Parts: sequence; structure tokens; C-alpha cells
Amino acid sequence: MKKVEISINGKKIEVPSNYTILEAARENGFRIPTLCHDERLKPSGACRMCVVEVEGARSLVTSCSTPVRMGMVIKTNSDRVVNSRKTTLELLWADHNYDCLTCNKAGNCELQDLCYEYDIDPLASPYIKYSTNHVDKTNEFYIFDEDKCILCGKCVRACAELEGVGAISFSQRGHYTHISHPFEKEMLLSDCVSCGTCVSVCPTGALMEKTNNKFRNWDIDKKVTTTCTYCGVGCQLELVVHDNKVVRIDAPADSINKGITCVKGKFGYKFIDRDDRLKMPLIRKRGKLVESSWEEAYDLIVSKMKDTLENHGADSFAALSSARCTNEENYVLQKLFRGVIKTNNVDHCARL
Amino acid sequence: MSLVRSHVLICGGTGCTSSGSMSIHEKFEVCIKKFGLEKEVKVVKTGCFGLCEAGPIVVVYPEGAFYSHVKVEDVERITEEHLYKGRIVKELLFKQALEGDVIKSVNEVQFYKKQKRVVLKNCGIINPEVIEEYIAFDGYKALGKVVTEMTQQEVVDEIKKSGLRGRGGGGFPTGLKWQFTHDAIGEEKYVACNADEGDPGAFMDRSVLEGDPHAIIEAMAIAGYAIGASKGFIYIRAEYPIAVDRLEIALKQAKELGVIGDNIFGTDFSFDLEIRLGAGAFVCGEETALIESIEGRRGMPRPRPPFPANKGIFQMPTLLNNVETYANITQIILNGAEWFRTIGTEKSPGTKVFALGGKINNTGLVEIPMGMTLREVIYDIGGGIPDGKAFKAVQTGGPSGGCLTYKHLDEQITYDNLVSLGSMMGSGGMIVLDEDNCMVDVARFFLDFTVDESCGKCTPCREGTKRMLELLNKICEGRGEIEDIARLENLAVNIKDSALCGLGQTAPNPVLSTIKNFRHEYISHIEDKKCEAGVCKALLKVTITDKCIGCTACTKVCPVDCISGNRKEMHVIDQNLCIKCGACIEKCPVNAIILK
Repeated sequence: MKKVEISINGKKIEVPSNYTILEAARENGFRIPTLCHDERLKPSGACRMCVVEVEGARSLVTSCSTPVRMGMVIKTNSDRVVNSRKTTLELLWADHNYDCLTCNKAGNCELQDLCYEYDIDPLASPYIKYSTNHVDKTNEFYIFDEDKCILCGKCVRACAELEGVGAISFSQRGHYTHISHPFEKEMLLSDCVSCGTCVSVCPTGALMEKTNNKFRNWDIDKKVTTTCTYCGVGCQLELVVHDNKVVRIDAPADSINKGITCVKGKFGYKFIDRDDRLKMPLIRKRGKLVESSWEEAYDLIVSKMKDTLENHGADSFAALSSARCTNEENYVLQKLFRGVIKTNNVDHCARL
Repeated sequence: MSLVRSHVLICGGTGCTSSGSMSIHEKFEVCIKKFGLEKEVKVVKTGCFGLCEAGPIVVVYPEGAFYSHVKVEDVERITEEHLYKGRIVKELLFKQALEGDVIKSVNEVQFYKKQKRVVLKNCGIINPEVIEEYIAFDGYKALGKVVTEMTQQEVVDEIKKSGLRGRGGGGFPTGLKWQFTHDAIGEEKYVACNADEGDPGAFMDRSVLEGDPHAIIEAMAIAGYAIGASKGFIYIRAEYPIAVDRLEIALKQAKELGVIGDNIFGTDFSFDLEIRLGAGAFVCGEETALIESIEGRRGMPRPRPPFPANKGIFQMPTLLNNVETYANITQIILNGAEWFRTIGTEKSPGTKVFALGGKINNTGLVEIPMGMTLREVIYDIGGGIPDGKAFKAVQTGGPSGGCLTYKHLDEQITYDNLVSLGSMMGSGGMIVLDEDNCMVDVARFFLDFTVDESCGKCTPCREGTKRMLELLNKICEGRGEIEDIARLENLAVNIKDSALCGLGQTAPNPVLSTIKNFRHEYISHIEDKKCEAGVCKALLKVTITDKCIGCTACTKVCPVDCISGNRKEMHVIDQNLCIKCGACIEKCPVNAIILK
């Protein structure tokens, strides 16, 4: 790619000509705050947090959507830029729910962080706070709290562009604009597949997982990167661990699945700590399932298999593997049945 | 076609239609038959004459007799006296068309004399529903010339040379836009016409489409040829039913005659047009929102770049111009760029159509050469302020523009001059305000409009304009604090600087320009709790003056029983209880009660 020379805050740098100002700045260590930007999505230019000053331009420009040009002179932190960002944040805050104290998103909220960074006085807003008191709890896995929504539109775009579903969109106009399902129906009645991608991209607490786990984001012990065990796709997930329990699943945007999840990967982790989770093999003895050791269980399986092979032949066997297995596990299973037992009765449950 | 001796032109524009010009048309047909004149007199339904205040308008040629405020009952008299006996009915003429005993023809009337009609050339002259009438006035000649005698680049060069600038408000050089789209590479290219006129009180584009729809169709075909497009879209708001009808009729006729369609004038050039109806969102007049809407999506602006010239409709290079811009094209091609440059000023050549409204005698549509002063438009053409009231301000540019004062009356109307004065050309709204208009209230009116019409996509426009309106409401209701002016200014500057599209970037202009030119009105609202113009109701008081005769009529109509006083003695209003309904003012037989 052809390179162009630009200047950011007085420093001359060279970047590929297809870069946006934001890409050029971030790659060279200049911080520009964003709320509606996500590199996986087409730029929308809605939040106006990423504005920068470009010499010769009439107004401020959004760095997320403006491509670099040869000789461009950019200021990312001038008084004019900072004043504009502060006004934008004040306006967003003026209509935002005040419950940072008890909000589950606190500590992981982009709006909160930026208000802190830009010294927004939470009590100084001269404006009326409008509340819709509209909280949609109809979905099994997450809630939507309209009063915390800043209309960045990431959920709408992620649903359409990443997940390819398009279950939500904007409704009404101007100050009445809100995120809605078709015909203002509740979430449950929409095309939503509960993949949770919208929850992952939401910068505030407007879209949040329904959870009983009480933890603060600053108390998180660690995040464990893992491969989802639900199917063979191999999505990368981050298990958020607090007090030795998985309390949330995050999906890193730079992973192979680009942070997109399905309902199981995102929300189906609560079995981990269930009391009735199967942890030891069970053997049916006199009509009752009784817990046993692994050795005893394996011995029983081997003896039954040998017995069946001798008395009924190889084709009395059939193997059915689970979609939760990896390719390697599936390979080993079919090898066992074709090579050792010598039957081709091998199948797989492709659904889960 | 047989020759007739007289033409009766009846205005079929929206204004005159709603005041009954269609039944006048029918009555004329009946009366003309009655007097046996059907072979001698022809009745024509035309587009807008411009002087809507005088509607319904009927003009009789060859005399140019200008009848105004015509009623159905007058038709028989005009037919008998004027058309049958040859005597112009003086009493029914427009009052300025009669000076003493001398009858002035329509073109000599003061309202029309100073105008220069390029865009509105055919409006009020031809029947817009008959393509032959358009062709008789050189219609489709320019398209013929372009496709048979000129190269694409020659057409673009001619428009560039003319210096024509976008009439939608921005004033971007049209030729440059054509060049960009001509040079852009794409599998397909599109031509689009922005007919989503939405400024409150503006009806320039509507009148052009209602009065001369073929001019737009022809110009779009020329544009299609110039940039290499074979498909065009006219995006028109559904609230313009007459314009939509006439456009549809015109398009059908143009296709039947083959001036739109395949192999136009026997050349390789083919061009098709489609009409798309807008659902009435003001923001869809913004070019990228309009494109989104044509594509079938919610009308929300896209970030620019990429500009429509490179990635427009369906991501293809798109040329998007406004109705009035297109209306200039055929004239430039036929008469040449040099001719066009003789009209108007060096940097703003040509004419501009304005919808003149508000406190002005001659409300209506005017077309003036650029460079004319505001005073000439308001006093010479517009006939000044009614009822001897004092001029206070003129608002140009609609919700994106600003208010200019008497200091600016001798300033020239050009794109750059209006911007430097803190207003803008806009699409051509011009609202005159007099001493009875409160400037804070005017700012509030326009902001109320933009708050309603904001699409809600970007933060500054969605949240910021709403907050500005809140502050203005506070001031108008007498709860204002002096800091609110600074708050308004800070919000205004930041919204202008950071909003996504033109709507948001210009929405604060009415507030900024009124604060700049009428700061004292803001201060008197806030500090003295007074509205000098007597508009802001919360700041007014109903009081009984010493003219009171003590008749007690007011006490009987007061719905909240706040008026007290003995019979034949002066009455008093309890200001704490009064709801300012005005019932007492209406009832008082001696006009002793005032609202101030």
C-alpha cells in the first residue's frame, strides 16, 4: 500500500494511504476516545467523540470515518477538540441514568471512563433528565435498559453486520430515537437469536446479561482465554473469573471468531457450578444409578464390549459422537470403531 | 392547431388551487361555451404566478390583464365584459395593476418589474400538463443539442463556465460536482434530483415542479449524458401531490415522445427516470440521508467522505442536484454560459428564487438576479410591511439561516455575502419580521422545527438542539437566568462544529444570529421578565386600564373568577389567578383590557 505523510500533534508520521485518521493515530500512540467505533463494523460517525481538528477543514471531523490525505495536519487534543468532546459527554450524561453506584457495568463502562477522563461533573448538569423507565426483560439471557442507552448504534450494526440477523433497529426520530424491535414489540417476539453479540459490544449498561453473580468489575481475579467446548467451530472465549467462579463470558474482538458468539458460548456457562452437574461415572446396579470410580466404569465398558463382539459380531456396534468433541476426539473415536472393532457404523450428531 | 385571439391563464399552483382556482377553471369553460367563444378563447391551467397573496389569479392575454382574488361569481362578468365585449373589468384587477385610469399589464406591475425570470420562465405561462406547450417554448431543444452536437466534457465545461452554484443552499459549484461525477469510475452511475424541499414556508421547488416539470426532466437527461449515467431518480416528498401528479404526467409524455427512454434523438444515449416519494422527513433533504432513503433504508445521513460523486446511490457515483439548480441547466445550454454570467454577480451568477413570506404585503414567489439588495426585495418587490408597522428583521435560509436587521437592508443577496453576515442563502425562504415579532420566539420556532426533524443519529444534534430548545423555552417562560445565554452560545458553537450533517451543523444559526443582533431582547426577557413584542405569553399581563366603565361584563366571562370590582367602578385582575385566556379582552365593550 502506498504511504502518505501526515502530521499528528506536530509529529510527522508515515501511514498507509487507506488508513483512517483513527487508525493512523492509534498505531502511532495517540489516544482518541470513541464510543460508537468498532473496527469490525462500518464507521457510522454517530457519537462524535472521536472528532479531531484537521487544518483547512471547516468543522471538526470524525477520525473514525475520515481517511488520511497526503500532508494532512491533525490535532487530536486541542482546546477546540476537548471542548467539543466535553460538550458531547455532558449531553450524553444529561440523559443517562444516575445509578453508577449499583450498575453492574460500573468499572467496565466506556461512558463512565470517559466522563472521568474529561472531568464531567455529574451533578452540574443544568438540564432536565428524561426517563423512559423502559426496561425490556423478556429475553431469557439479557436485559435492555433504555435509560442507559447512548444510541451509539453498535448493537444495531453488530446484529446486522456481524451476526447477520438484523433483529433491532432505530425507531422514531430526534430526541425520541430509541433502539427497538420491529413494531415496538418486546425482545422475545423479535428475530433475536440471543447470541449476545449486542451485549458484548454495548459500551454502557444498556444491554446487560441477566445474572445472579454479584461482583464488581475491579474485583475480577483473572480472565482465562479458552476454546468454546460447545461445538467444533473453536470460538475463542474469555472466562471472567471472580472468587474462583466463572461469572461472565467475554468475547475478544481480535480472536478467530471476531468476538461473535452464539447463545451457548456467551450465556451457557452456569452449569459449571451447578450442584447436579455429573462429575463421576454412574453404573446402574439393581435398577439404580450408583456412583463409581473411573476404573470400575472402564472395566465394565471393556468387558461388555468384548462380550458383545464375541457373541453378536462387529456390526452389532454403532458409534455416535458428540458435536461438543474436537476433530481430534472424533478421529480417535472412528479409528477405534473402524480399526479395533471393525465396523463402519460411525455417525455424528451435528446438532447440539 | 387553430389560432385563438385570447388566452385565459388560470393559476394551478398549490396556493391558488386551495383557494378554488379549479372551480374557476370549470366556470370559465362553461361561460365561454355560453357566449359561444370556444373557438376564439383558450383557457389554460398554468403553474404558479408567484403572487400567491393575490390568488386565485387569472391573467388574460394579449392584454396581460391581471385579475386577482378572483371568485367563481366573477367569472361570468369577466367572460361577458372582457372576453365577449372587449372591456377589461377594472374593479377586479389587481390593485397595483391600475394607476388612476391606466391599466398596467401584468409585467408592468411593480411586483414583477424588478424580477428576472430564468428558472420560473415558463411558470404561469404554459400548461404544465401538455408537453407540446413546453416544446413550443424551446423545450427539449437543449437536450437535442447536447446529445447530437456536444461531447460529455463540453457539457460539463459549459456548466463550469457558467459559474452556476447549487441552489439547494450550500452554493457548491455545480460544474465541479458534474466534473467529479463524470471522472468517477463505477459500473453504473446515477443522476438524482433533490425535490425534498422542507424549509418551513418554502415552496420554490414545488412551484417549479408544478409549473414546469419538463424543465427538470430535460435537465436531468442532460446531466445523465454529461456524466455517463443512464438512470435517474427524482426524490420528491409525498406532501406535494400536485407536483407529483404533474411530474408523473410529464414523465409519461416524455417517454411517449421518446425524449426519455432508449436511443434519445436517434443517438446511443438512453436515459430512464424514476420518481421516488419521500415520507416527509426534513433530514431526507440532506444528500446522504436522501440516498439512504432511495436505497430503502431509514433516512439517516452517512459520514462523508466518501462523497456521493464517488459512492452515492447503491455505492455508485451519483450526481445529486436540487430542483432549482436543474431548472437553470437548459437555459445555460441554450443561451450559453456567457449569457448566464451577465445575470447576477461575479461569484454568484444567475438568479435566485425566494419564497417571500411573513409580515410583507406581496407574499409569494419571486425570482431576482443575485446581487439585488434586501431592501429592493422587501420594499420594491415585496411592497413593504403591512399596516404601517416597523421592519425588524428578515430571516433567510430557513432553519439553517439567520436573522438580519435593518443595518443589513442595503447588503447584496449573494451566497458569500449572506454567510459573512451570519445567515445563509439556504434554499430560498425569506421571512420578514416586524415590530410584533419577538426574536427569542423566532429562534425558538426554528429550533423547535429542527428538534422535531433531527434524525437522532449524532449526539450533538439529537441531544444538543433539544437542550437549546429547553433553554429558550425557559427564557420565553420567564424562568431564564443570565448564564443561559452563555450556555446557549457554548452549545451552539459545539453543535455547529461537531454535528454529522448540514442539519445539525446549521441548526444553531437562528439562535446565534438572534443573540448577536438582538441580545437586548434576550436580556429583557431574562432580567426584566418582559417581552417587548408582546408574544411570549408567560411574560405578559392582562390589565384593566382606566377606560373601564365598570359594566361587569368581564367578571361574568372570566373562567377562573379573578376579576373583582363594584358596578360602575374600575375593575381589577388578580394576577396570581389569571390564566391569560383573553376572554375578558374580547368581551370588554370599551377595549379597556389590554395584554402587555
